[in-house]
Amino acid sequence: MKEATCACNENVSEGELFERLDKFLLEYKDRPGGLIPILQYAQAIFGYLPEKVLKYVSTKLDKPYSEVAGVVSFYSFFSTHPRGKYLIRVCLGTACYVRGGKEILDAVKKDLKIDVGETTQDRLFSLEVGRCFGACGLAPVILVNENVHRRVKPSKVNEILGAYRGGTGDEQ
Amino acid sequence: MPKLTINNMTVEAEEGTTILQAAKKININIPTLCYMQNFEPIGACRVCLVEVEGIRDPVASCSTPIKEGMKVYTNSKMAREARKLVVELLLSEHEGDCQLCDRNEDCELQSLAQEMGIKLIRYQGEKSRRILDESTPALVRDSAKCINCRRCVTVCNLIQGVGSIFPQGRGFKTYIGPAFNGTLDSVTCVQCGQCAAVCPVGAISERDQIDEVWKAIDNPNKFVVVQTAPAIRAALGECFDYEPGTLVTGKMVTALRKIGFDAVFDTNFTADLTIIEEGTELLTRLKKALVEKDKNVALPMLTSCSPGWINYAESFFPQILPNISTCKSPQQMFGAVAKTFYAEKIGRKPEDMVVVSVMPCTAKKYEAQRPEMNSSGYQDVDIVLTTRELGRMIRQAGLDFDQLEDGVMDSPLGQSSGAADIFGNTGGVMEAALRTVYEIVTGKDFPFPKLHVTPIAGLQGVKEASVKIESTVPDWDFLKGVELKVAVVHGLSNVKKLMEKIISGEATYHFIEVMCCPGGCIGGGGQPRLTDDKVRNARISALYREDEGKKLRKSHENPDIKKIYEEFLKKPLGEKSHELLHTHYHAQEKI
Ligand code: SF4
Ligand code: SF4
Ligand code: SF4
Ligand code: FES
Repeated sequence: MKEATCACNENVSEGELFERLDKFLLEYKDRPGGLIPILQYAQAIFGYLPEKVLKYVSTKLDKPYSEVAGVVSFYSFFSTHPRGKYLIRVCLGTACYVRGGKEILDAVKKDLKIDVGETTQDRLFSLEVGRCFGACGLAPVILVNENVHRRVKPSKVNEILGAYRGGTGDEQ
Repeated sequence: MPKLTINNMTVEAEEGTTILQAAKKININIPTLCYMQNFEPIGACRVCLVEVEGIRDPVASCSTPIKEGMKVYTNSKMAREARKLVVELLLSEHEGDCQLCDRNEDCELQSLAQEMGIKLIRYQGEKSRRILDESTPALVRDSAKCINCRRCVTVCNLIQGVGSIFPQGRGFKTYIGPAFNGTLDSVTCVQCGQCAAVCPVGAISERDQIDEVWKAIDNPNKFVVVQTAPAIRAALGECFDYEPGTLVTGKMVTALRKIGFDAVFDTNFTADLTIIEEGTELLTRLKKALVEKDKNVALPMLTSCSPGWINYAESFFPQILPNISTCKSPQQMFGAVAKTFYAEKIGRKPEDMVVVSVMPCTAKKYEAQRPEMNSSGYQDVDIVLTTRELGRMIRQAGLDFDQLEDGVMDSPLGQSSGAADIFGNTGGVMEAALRTVYEIVTGKDFPFPKLHVTPIAGLQGVKEASVKIESTVPDWDFLKGVELKVAVVHGLSNVKKLMEKIISGEATYHFIEVMCCPGGCIGGGGQPRLTDDKVRNARISALYREDEGKKLRKSHENPDIKKIYEEFLKKPLGEKSHELLHTHYHAQEKI
């Protein structure tokens, strides 16, 4: 799959994003199972999957909108709401769960004042839950974009998030 | 061919046969829910579990192929208990208010529970969230009743090629419905009701309008007339446990009269009228194309009686709208004529009349409330009941259907030719049109044995025929030597394939009959459940029998049709016809 450009380039107009999507569509349209990579690409360039984009994809692929929506809602990595700059995923896989993953989730929710699936008003954070990121030995684990935070304690949550607020999160 | 035993009986069947199919061969029934005739099994419901010797867990018989030497037990303790457990679990997640449910006593889940002798639900399952969808005129969906069998998904996506509904989400939170659990009006849905016709439970049903009809009948100031579509007489009996294909025309008329309608009429009458108008329209189009060489004439002409098809064309093939005959459907022609011509005759104002129709179709509920359908100044057809609703209404009226004597339709909108009867099945509208058009053009008798055009009869998806016009009466001499090419198509995914060929120019015809539902109206979304190919064929032969039993079998021979032109309409495609009997179409967004 082509490298997707990330959404933080805010100077790109919507029209240009659709043009990029069109190029990608041209290549993937007739491939069996092409819908998923197309949706992944669209999410990468738009940041999320707005209704307009999904309807566009459905028309271009000549697939019913309900089918496209069914695929989007089947996979948890697709989002139909704008996502924050940082996507926090709290692991609730078995290992993390028994070692307090649920408490971590509650602490994050309380800190950000949002629920799972939501984004903070300042568009900085979105919250999702995950099912095992392969770091069970170091449970409980949270993922902020690509950064893995291991052996997290509820009392440490505010500090971890604070670093991202202050712009030094990626260096943690 | 593998040989196996089922309940110790030996059976041989072809490689690839499933246990379910093999069992059927030796008359062993295994219950099913998600399984659908003519489709790959999806193995979703597990209601069809059986025991296979040597395999620890019971297997789904609908999707397990047979093997040489297999020993299957469909009735062992293990098999019975496994199936019972599956049904118990379904019930535990199900909003089971049977007494209030319109599927009570016509519900596959309920009868399975009864057959299995389930007296107690041992588990308390989490019920899924209720999303009640009343967004369309035709259908009501209730997610709390849905057992996720996905039959509706198969029908909507594969048979109809519309795709309004699809599984949304995953796991326990899977909902079967429109995009993101929205309402049906948020996506394109042609309102055909094929989903409601296959749903085993009360999760998708027609919008019930019985109370509106009682209210009209109870109102002494209203004159309430009823019309019944051709396909009703071949299916209504099934609501009273008659064999599919039993004709109950006479009993139906008596039942309607006893319910209290002021006049009992026939949509067949306006089916005959449609043939006159549509036949004339076809000949006019041909004349413009062949004689006047008018390039703007849209050919092939496509029939317009199926509102599911009209909805489909408006969304999926807007470029083909000029090809569709401008004739209203017989239901709507009836409404327009009843509230003008007939109202005048009986000295009533159209606003004091209520026109009720009984249709095999849920899309007719939608059609009746289209804004164009008010040529009388009022909504021409007020209330549309499906065959199933009429069945319920007859029960509500306390009538013993079996004991009803035969009645005859009232005059002047009740008499019809045999050609009108076959409007209810695929190929019938075309045959009816050919019977009339051929005789108008040639002045000779229609040359087919028993008047049937066999190549366009039957359940094949796309059918074609041609009729050579050897000689003509002087008015139509430009058609001399022309080979009239016609096609017949039903089931929207077949329609899609044919329309693509028409648009690309790969296929050329003069005239095409299009019906939305597989088998035509006899297989409509409002017909008694469950309609499979055997039932379709039985209803079709019933309509052919009804046709063959009539003295008059051609629309133009119907004396009441002649009369309505003399007294009122004057001439086909004339000013009055234009005002009352014709319509136009609008492109719609496809979602
Ligand atoms: S769908 Fe069937 S089992 Fe469920 S409430 Fe209705 S009749 Fe009862
Ligand atoms: S009414 Fe027809 S088009 Fe609409 S959801 Fe049901 S099957 Fe699909
Ligand atoms: S709505 Fe009916 S047919 Fe569709 S999945 Fe649910 S139970 Fe099955
Ligand atoms: S009928 Fe076999 S799994 Fe549903």
